[in-house]
Amino acid sequence: MAISFEAALGVHDKALALRSQRAEVLANNIANADTPGYQARDIDFRDVLMQAKAGQGVSITRTNQRHFSTANAMTMEANMMYRTPMQPSIDGNTVDLQIEQAEYAENAIAFQSSFTFLNGKLRGLMSAIRGE
Amino acid sequence: MSLANIFDVAGSAMSAQSIRLNTVASNMANAESVSSSTGETYRARHPVFSVIREQANQDAFGAGFGRDFGNMSNAAGHGVKVEGIVESQAQLRQKYQPDHPQADENGYVYYPNVDIVAEMADMISASRSYQTNVEIMNTAKQMLQRVLTLGQ
Repeated sequence: MAISFEAALGVHDKALALRSQRAEVLANNIANADTPGYQARDIDFRDVLMQAKAGQGVSITRTNQRHFSTANAMTMEANMMYRTPMQPSIDGNTVDLQIEQAEYAENAIAFQSSFTFLNGKLRGLMSAIRGE
Repeated sequence: MSLANIFDVAGSAMSAQSIRLNTVASNMANAESVSSSTGETYRARHPVFSVIREQANQDAFGAGFGRDFGNMSNAAGHGVKVEGIVESQAQLRQKYQPDHPQADENGYVYYPNVDIVAEMADMISASRSYQTNVEIMNTAKQMLQRVLTLGQ
């Protein structure tokens, strides 16, 4: 097949999925801003995206239909890191609400740009199909 | 779908913060509720928060193997829950007020160990955290709505 959707959409569909997963991690940090002993988590977006692009990560070959798919979940979980606290509080919590909010906002904007790129790709495909 | 999970995460945080606001309200309302013995006196209450760990792995893998795998799991957690509400063990305020109708035989009444200033600070902190989580939910909603328009 000349046109493969995988190749046509480029990195943007994976970026969009990762952005939404990262949004969940950051939302969880913010939700636990007052939980004693909670340590803020995040991912190295670049690393995880590279792995998703290469399609490897820590994926496991499925030899049986009933085996669990590790496609998305494992890459995220294996790459989860702890944030280095600037000023850890006395109860062991390392969430800095301002940093998390800024990261969340940045992540939402990046999500929007990935979405715009993806939408553009789809529009391009659509007009190619219509031949207009 | 991880965007939909944000609603659970932010929702759990909003619920936890409103419980915290509730205990603050209870403490403030009872700040001057005197009694004649230490046992009956109101004590300041505070919620204890803890992280909700995701149970998915344990459910999927079954009991024996699942337990080990669950502990190994590197997932970030899935919101916040109120583990319980504990009463403060701080010293009660003992005052000598022999005219007070609630005074004991030595003329003492016992005031709750509510620290009004700390409660006020706690109230503002809880209300700010609540606001933040509303914003998080709002942003997640916008992101989801945008995804629904994909390809249009």
